[in-house]
Amino acid sequence: MDTFMANTVLFAQLIPDRITEIYANLPADQHITWIYNPTMHWIGIWIAALLTFAMYSFLYKDNVVYKFAEHLYVGISVGYFICITWFNVMKPNLYDPLFTDFSYNKILIIPALFGVSMLFRLSRQYSWISRYGLAYMVASGAGLAIPAMIQAMILRHMWSTFVPLWGGQTGYTFMSIFSSIVIIVGVLSVLIYFFFSLEHKGAIGKISQVGILYLMVTFGTAFGYTVMARISLLIGRMQFLLEQWMGRQLG
Amino acid sequence: MSFYDRMMQIDRRWIFLLVLLAVVIPLLKPMGMPIKITPPAQAIFDKVDAIPEGGNILIAMDFDPASKPELYPMTLALLRHCFYKKIKITLLTLWPSGMGLAEKATKTIAEEFGAVSGEDYVFLGYKAGFAIVILTMGESIKNTFPKDANGNSTGEMPIFENVDKLNDYDFMVDLAAGASVEVWIAYGKERYKFPMGAGCTAVSATQYYPYLNTGQLDGMLGGLKGAAEYEKMITDAGYTKQPGAATMGMDAQSIVHLMTVIIVIVTNILFFMQRRIKKEEEV
Repeated sequence: MDTFMANTVLFAQLIPDRITEIYANLPADQHITWIYNPTMHWIGIWIAALLTFAMYSFLYKDNVVYKFAEHLYVGISVGYFICITWFNVMKPNLYDPLFTDFSYNKILIIPALFGVSMLFRLSRQYSWISRYGLAYMVASGAGLAIPAMIQAMILRHMWSTFVPLWGGQTGYTFMSIFSSIVIIVGVLSVLIYFFFSLEHKGAIGKISQVGILYLMVTFGTAFGYTVMARISLLIGRMQFLLEQWMGRQLG
Repeated sequence: MSFYDRMMQIDRRWIFLLVLLAVVIPLLKPMGMPIKITPPAQAIFDKVDAIPEGGNILIAMDFDPASKPELYPMTLALLRHCFYKKIKITLLTLWPSGMGLAEKATKTIAEEFGAVSGEDYVFLGYKAGFAIVILTMGESIKNTFPKDANGNSTGEMPIFENVDKLNDYDFMVDLAAGASVEVWIAYGKERYKFPMGAGCTAVSATQYYPYLNTGQLDGMLGGLKGAAEYEKMITDAGYTKQPGAATMGMDAQSIVHLMTVIIVIVTNILFFMQRRIKKEEEV
């Protein structure tokens, strides 16, 4: 819900800024007096404020105002995404090259056809055509990702667990030795916890219980950070309402 | 119904109201609670501070309005630091919905310092493709982004006189709301070897701590706290006078955290007391 709300109100906030910018960049003879009005700024703030209340009204109970704001957000997001994708991706990379110098850029027809093939997923009869585009995406994506991810996400992390308990880069301090032991015990116990080919009894059971402890600490930390993130969003909204909507000086 | 039963069935909307008060009151009446600087945040500040005048930094603003309260103040603080130190900034976003915010942040701080687009900074805009964009930026940024967000040719920009590849940059920071830090590490940092830091939402912070341990990240700013730490560091260093939005929000953040801890402890006590009474009644 926080995501919906924050997006919706920001889009509303951006409207006056974009209009001001468009107006400022227009040549003087093209200035249109009705395009910008200071009232627009306040309308933007009021829309943002009302949408904030609409989204938070869900905390009291689900209601039609919340539903309206939620659907408005989805609609605006999709529209915004389509515009950005068209003007930043499709137009400069496909449309303009093909329509300005076709003979030099005709190679672009191949990726364009792959792209169009994906749209056939909408048809039951011809959805098989989309498999060509999808196959290309999966193949190229996997080819790119597998070596990069193995190196960055597995090998480098394994490497950092192969640390000397004392000495090496970390030095001889008590905390560095303690940290190294915590890492080694954590990695081994969690790996054993997720090793299901042996029954978790006896020594294996004890070690896997240590693994559970590590996992619990991880989940607790993640939850704490999640609380912090969600409250940060509420703080952001309250700062907007108090400062911009109510005109209170904060800090 | 016992006292414990009544407390356990309390309407959760009372807790929402308490949270609201715990946020609004400290915003209106700040207490100035101390902000402790953590080593990962200090590391980012030190890295940026060590870049010489005229050096280059790459900032990826991979977030959207949903993360604005956490990452926008972080962006403003980082940009203020860079512009103050006269570091040349290249900015981009790999999130389509991040365009508006990235543009707004860049323009706001550039105007504050009188920075010139194409000379002191450049906003390259959005490009689709994530991994492909990073890989091609490792070969040539000017080829990957022939034009900036305003449609100006990057090939003729003074800012690109000495830099064109990822490893030409003195430092790179990814301000990320999602998993883009991992993509930058896997396809950029590991392949082209450049110093890198990350600013992320609090939700993602636990996910990225291991990358500090492996040395794949040189520093990290996590959530509103990370943003407040950076604001404090640039204020203490005399680069800015005004406290940022993150610093103003930290009192509220701390109060709500304290309240959450108290609520968790109290409800657990109530839960166990209620269970004990029920067991005693059954006996």
